[in-house]
Amino acid sequence: MTTKRNLGYGYAVLGAIALSGTAASAAEQITFVSQGGAYQQAQTVAILDPSAKKLGITINQDSIPDAWPAIKTQVGSGKPIWDVVDTPTGYCLRGGEQGLIEKLDFSKIPNAAAMPEAYRSPYSISYEFYSSVLAYSQKTFPKDAPNSWIDFWDVKKFPGRRALRNHPIATLEAALMADGVAPDKLYPLDVDRAFKKLEEIKPNITVWWTSGAQSAQLLNDGEVDMEMAWNGRVSAVAKEGAKVSFTYNQGILQSTSLCILKGAPNLETAVKFLNEAVDPVHQANLPLHIDYGPGNPKAFETNVIKPERATQLPSEPANAAKQALMSYAWWSSPAGEAAEKRWASFMQK
Amino acid sequence: MLALVSPALLVILALIVLPVGWLAWQSIYHDGFTLENYRRVFTEDIYWRSFALTFEISLAVTVVALLLGYPVAYLANSVPKGWSILILSLVVLPFWTSVLVRAYAWLALLQRTGVINQFLRYLDVISEPLALVHNTFGTVVATVHILLPFMVLPLYATMQKIPGDLMQAGASLGASPSLTFVRVFLPLSLPGVLAGCTMVFVLCLGFYITPELLGGGRTVMVSMLVSRNVELYNQFGAASAVAVVLLLSVLLIFFAVSRFISLDRILGQK
Repeated sequence: MTTKRNLGYGYAVLGAIALSGTAASAAEQITFVSQGGAYQQAQTVAILDPSAKKLGITINQDSIPDAWPAIKTQVGSGKPIWDVVDTPTGYCLRGGEQGLIEKLDFSKIPNAAAMPEAYRSPYSISYEFYSSVLAYSQKTFPKDAPNSWIDFWDVKKFPGRRALRNHPIATLEAALMADGVAPDKLYPLDVDRAFKKLEEIKPNITVWWTSGAQSAQLLNDGEVDMEMAWNGRVSAVAKEGAKVSFTYNQGILQSTSLCILKGAPNLETAVKFLNEAVDPVHQANLPLHIDYGPGNPKAFETNVIKPERATQLPSEPANAAKQALMSYAWWSSPAGEAAEKRWASFMQK
Repeated sequence: MLALVSPALLVILALIVLPVGWLAWQSIYHDGFTLENYRRVFTEDIYWRSFALTFEISLAVTVVALLLGYPVAYLANSVPKGWSILILSLVVLPFWTSVLVRAYAWLALLQRTGVINQFLRYLDVISEPLALVHNTFGTVVATVHILLPFMVLPLYATMQKIPGDLMQAGASLGASPSLTFVRVFLPLSLPGVLAGCTMVFVLCLGFYITPELLGGGRTVMVSMLVSRNVELYNQFGAASAVAVVLLLSVLLIFFAVSRFISLDRILGQK
């Protein structure tokens, strides 16, 4: 069996099944939704096609940059057409609390049950990792580059223009680390302290970026000398020849997760797929195609990822140890949501 | 008669009245009737700041567009036909380029390592790059570029209808060209000025991509508040309330202007 990007085909099959009444004998299938682009292409080759083949199912694909509003609408209408979504972990948790996401039975998902507990929740399984890192221009800092958020905040020792993401997630964590909080002692976030620390650096922030493409462009064009950026964006710019680099030290390790829509049309097949998608070998395939780390750390034990490649990835155990692991549970709690709202007034002051 | 226009009315109903009505409903109904969304829009600092900033930027854009657009329209009106077509094409041409492309083009021109800063440094006019973008200045520059046709075209249309005889009459009565301009041409072109300014101002109120890309995160215009309320906070009610207030401001502006000139004229019908 193969995966198909054409959702229309999926509808046609669904229709045929309904008409012929032979649902039991028909091939199993699911509809899988991700964020599109190079990332979805990479996971199609690395994970989706091999999983579909191994399970003998059809995976219909759809893509959407931001799945959250669609999840709300689909489940809210009572007739979801998607089964599995690959989306920022926070949405799976928030969705779980609001009754939009299925609770997972990990006894049916042994591959995930073997993963570290911090990498899963009752509603989600970490699928791939990326990191919000401190990136800098090697032209401005040929040696003695900034290596921590303390350095980023130190405008005397490291003069230069700076950018941060126009979003509280990861930015508050960075501010607290700049204020001396250890990466493993961040949660629950001391929001007041984080905003106070951000006020300190605010006058020195040239740009508050809103999209990953924008952050890459800022660094590539030399518009800023250092910034918070996603590791994959920085390495992509570096590959094209820009003199830029980044450090995993004090990076904020973030993930997208797989979760299943409440009342998904193909629930059982979806659970089977979840187990297959976090299979260590399939997971190890992903970084061969794109600069993201596997969600299942066992992937590093498969010998599929060469050691020199592994050291570049955010979730490689030694790299992960240098970083803070984002707590999506905290961000989807009332305190987290309040911090998100406070961001808007912080920006406009 | 009603039978003839009813298909059109249905389209308007389906595409405009229903969505806007739904939007307005969202802003006052969430698990029961509530004015909470409007209370926030009118009392919370960030909303006030955004509305104030949006009106300030729109005003600045309108003034700059008028100062740039008037001479262009005047020139297009006073040269032979072939030339005026060329001038107007140059005004309208950028119109067919995507707003996103133009925003990035301005970024390439204005940023620290951009063409303008490098040229000025080459000439030794400046030693440090100027902060031309990622602020309100950059936003205004790019927005003016995008909205200029909406200023020039109504101005040109109005100037076209000013009879040339009047200028000659002024001259034959002994007035200097500048006096004829100030006393005759300028007053007669004012409806065009009002129409152009209204169009530019109103369109600018809803700008989104340009301030997002060129404002550096600090120029938070009202449209950005709407998008953030939906994307970040998932609060459709708050977003709708902001949108409704913006829509009412626009209608109020149109109503005020319509006391002076007919709306047909602003919308380029006559």
